Amino acid sequence: MTARRLTACLLLAGLALPAWAAFDVAQLMADLARHGGGRARFVETRYLALLDKPLVATGEMTYTPPDRLEKRTLTPKPEILRLDKDMLSIEREQQKLSINLANQPEALAFVDSIRGTLSGNRAALEKNYALHLSGTQQKWVLTMLPSEPKIAALLQRITVSGSRDQVRSIEYLQADGDRSLLVIEPVAAR
Amino acid sequence: MTRAAGRTFGLWLLAMLAGAIIVWNTRFSADMSFFLPARPSAEQQVLVDQIKEGVVARLLMVAIAGGDEEQRAALSRDLRGRLAKMPEFVAVQNGEAGSLDAGRDFLFAHRYLLGPAVTPERFTVAGLRTAIADSIDRLASPAGLMFKTLLPRDPTGELFALVGGLDTGAQPASRAGVWASRDGERALLLLQTTALGSDTDGQETAIRLVREQFATATGATGFTLTLSGPGLFAVKARATIKDEVARLSVISTLAIVAVLFFVYRSPRLLTLGLLPVASGALAGIVAVSLAYGTVFGITVGFGSALIGEAIDYSIYYFVQSGRLGAAAWRERFWPTIRLGVLTSVCGFGALLFSGFPGLAQLGLYSLTGVATAALVTRFVLPPLAGDDLHVRDVGALGRALGRAIDGLRRLRWPLLALAVAALAWLGSEHDRLWTANLSALSTASAEDSAVDMALRADIAAPDSRHMVVVRAGDREAALQGAERAGAQLDKLVAAGVIGGYDTPARFLPSRATQAARRASLPAAAELRARLATAVDGLPLAAGKLDGFVADVAAARTMADIDRRNLDGSGLALVVDSLLLQHGGEWSVLLPLRPPPGSENLAIPVPAVRAALAGSDALFVDLKGEFDGLYADYLQEAVLLSLAGLLAIVVLLAATLRSPRRLAAVLLPLLVAVAFVVAGLHLLGERLHLLHLIGLLLIVAVGSNYALFFDRLSAARDPATLASLAVANLTTAIGFGTLALSQVPVLHAIGVTVGPGAILALLLSAIFVGRAGTP
Repeated sequence: MTARRLTACLLLAGLALPAWAAFDVAQLMADLARHGGGRARFVETRYLALLDKPLVATGEMTYTPPDRLEKRTLTPKPEILRLDKDMLSIEREQQKLSINLANQPEALAFVDSIRGTLSGNRAALEKNYALHLSGTQQKWVLTMLPSEPKIAALLQRITVSGSRDQVRSIEYLQADGDRSLLVIEPVAAR
Repeated sequence: MTRAAGRTFGLWLLAMLAGAIIVWNTRFSADMSFFLPARPSAEQQVLVDQIKEGVVARLLMVAIAGGDEEQRAALSRDLRGRLAKMPEFVAVQNGEAGSLDAGRDFLFAHRYLLGPAVTPERFTVAGLRTAIADSIDRLASPAGLMFKTLLPRDPTGELFALVGGLDTGAQPASRAGVWASRDGERALLLLQTTALGSDTDGQETAIRLVREQFATATGATGFTLTLSGPGLFAVKARATIKDEVARLSVISTLAIVAVLFFVYRSPRLLTLGLLPVASGALAGIVAVSLAYGTVFGITVGFGSALIGEAIDYSIYYFVQSGRLGAAAWRERFWPTIRLGVLTSVCGFGALLFSGFPGLAQLGLYSLTGVATAALVTRFVLPPLAGDDLHVRDVGALGRALGRAIDGLRRLRWPLLALAVAALAWLGSEHDRLWTANLSALSTASAEDSAVDMALRADIAAPDSRHMVVVRAGDREAALQGAERAGAQLDKLVAAGVIGGYDTPARFLPSRATQAARRASLPAAAELRARLATAVDGLPLAAGKLDGFVADVAAARTMADIDRRNLDGSGLALVVDSLLLQHGGEWSVLLPLRPPPGSENLAIPVPAVRAALAGSDALFVDLKGEFDGLYADYLQEAVLLSLAGLLAIVVLLAATLRSPRRLAAVLLPLLVAVAFVVAGLHLLGERLHLLHLIGLLLIVAVGSNYALFFDRLSAARDPATLASLAVANLTTAIGFGTLALSQVPVLHAIGVTVGPGAILALLLSAIFVGRAGTP
């Protein structure tokens, strides 16, 4: 069988099984965009070179498409992080910090990686990252590599994995080697 | 010209020359101080300082429209780069990232002298353990993550404690990395000028530079620049007043000259007639300059009214003495004119006692002007003019007027009824007559105010309405006072009563506090020993904290932070704007921020006052003080008007010596006042303080006419009647010209006194001296 015939076979197979063969970034984004939001528990583990042990935080997050996200940390210290459009606010120990992300392009790129993934906004992701998808629709892994030098100076890689329209984990690998892993468990089916 | 006349003229010329020299050296101003209290209370002084030299008065807001987002942002960066280099601006902000780095570096380097949490307890084993554990906890949060790289040097989180109190609330929206309006259509910049808010020249230069640099930066494409701020208002107000002083004076002079030329038909008499006016206007400015040092533009603008009023005396002289000669005029007419001058002086003189500096100046200016014009008419004019005046016979005019007045007299009862009706109506409309706001006197146009409001909302410019003020004799005592007040305010912040506050002591603590913080720091060996115990069981090894130990050791010998250390960072600006020196007195301002999410961002004033009770700190509500100013002025103006009225009544009573004649003289004046108020209200004019003053002037000026009818039976003497009519016309022209002004202060007096003067003459003719009184 020549390489040409193989190509033809694959093409035919592709035509015959479009749903199977078409799983690419576009399909993933379309799936994610269909996600109607909801509540999830999370466990966030930070591995810092400075510390002898990883730091673990747990809590709940609520996502309301397309641009509202609330992350409520319960342990070790209560904290509420809210993202509403470009306003990021953090409430912790009676202190409230509001950040207009539009003023902070690096932070915005960081936030866009979560928000763009959750909402399936490919354009927002590709603005700052090169996307690489592997796996199947059932079990996919999306790797994002920063394309902006300013962001690359802070962040090596973001790895998001999930199933269909549900994001299951997000891992940030920082430029200094520290990393954090956010594991997400949906609370109720939509 | 005789020898005596020559000598008189020479003396007059010398006096004028001296006056001209004084005026030449006079400082003219068009700033807000026209409105600011002459004898401020402690709270009002804070307001005055803020308006004259406060930061808010030095802010200019700039908006760039046109093009697309990226183009606007590029232009914003370009403009910032250009302006930031100029000494005329102390700060140029447009929201670009990185503009705060210098400040952050300074805070980190001096964290052990600045940190509010630096106490001996903090550096005990238990204190260290708690602080370090907290810092580690924070690393689990994005809020703490930005401190991660600093942790080995700052494990106790002093920088976090330090910046925690900073304002992180309202920020402008941002597009393409720079500030933008909320709709994203305009890029925004916030400038702080080097020039004080009261330095109108400096503000004008700054504004011109912004416009020039913008024009250079854009070339000729479709971008527009909008600018607003207190400085722009001051510059515009000055331009308006300058323009109007010239315009109104020319209009009023030309109109009056035309009237006089029609009456005299003689260039010589015309010129002579203007002498007292010119003398009066000059004397007025000289008096104000000598008494106050600075002459307000509005005061000079009032000159056009003075011209109309001061010309009356020469009109009386020329028209009335034409037949009789100077000596007979002096005998027959001068006493009445003198009495009229005195009533005018009473009216203007009442204003001298006003705590509203603008009003006091107007009073002194007019009083001096009128008195000088009358004296020049009496003593300089007759010898200069000589005896052969050749005034055209104006009897025909007088006779025609006499017949008209006879006709009008039949309307006496209907007019009285109308006056009563007007008063009754005004009584019922009482609540809608007056505006209760000082901004009614502001020269700023509604359009400019709207632009300013919109920009202010977009840029979230600090309004700093509520502040705590501490005063002391030197910088150290002032800063210590600020720290004591801060300790009280910290409790309010913790209780959620206020959102936060700014204080210069945050970046420039008192030496005492710096010394106490330095003394809290243990020596290196001791710190190392305590650390080893403190981090036991924590995921952070003591061995990674060498940087911390070194930094603490360095802080122990670090010199006190001085104001000079702040140079080059934005913090210098904060400290300079909040720590002010006036001669030997220092004052510290601590602007308060409302609690986050509170309704209409209100500060609970009673709670703050209660917290500060017993301390030497003063709580000031700047907007409240500003609004209160007007109420104070209005209350005072009512009192002064009544006092002026009383003085006029007493003067008239003493001269007329007859209650019936006094009543007859006053009646037409009061009816005129009622008609003017009713007329203005009918036309939808909202009355304010200056209208009230105008009413007093109607009585002061109008009494001149009433007296003529009472004492000289003017109605039966055609020449006197004609002179009154011409004098009245010029007065009405002078004041009426002010009605054209866009400056509310001048406009209000113009629309009140202009018609009021004519009504006063007409009503006096109708009501006074009817039944052959002598």
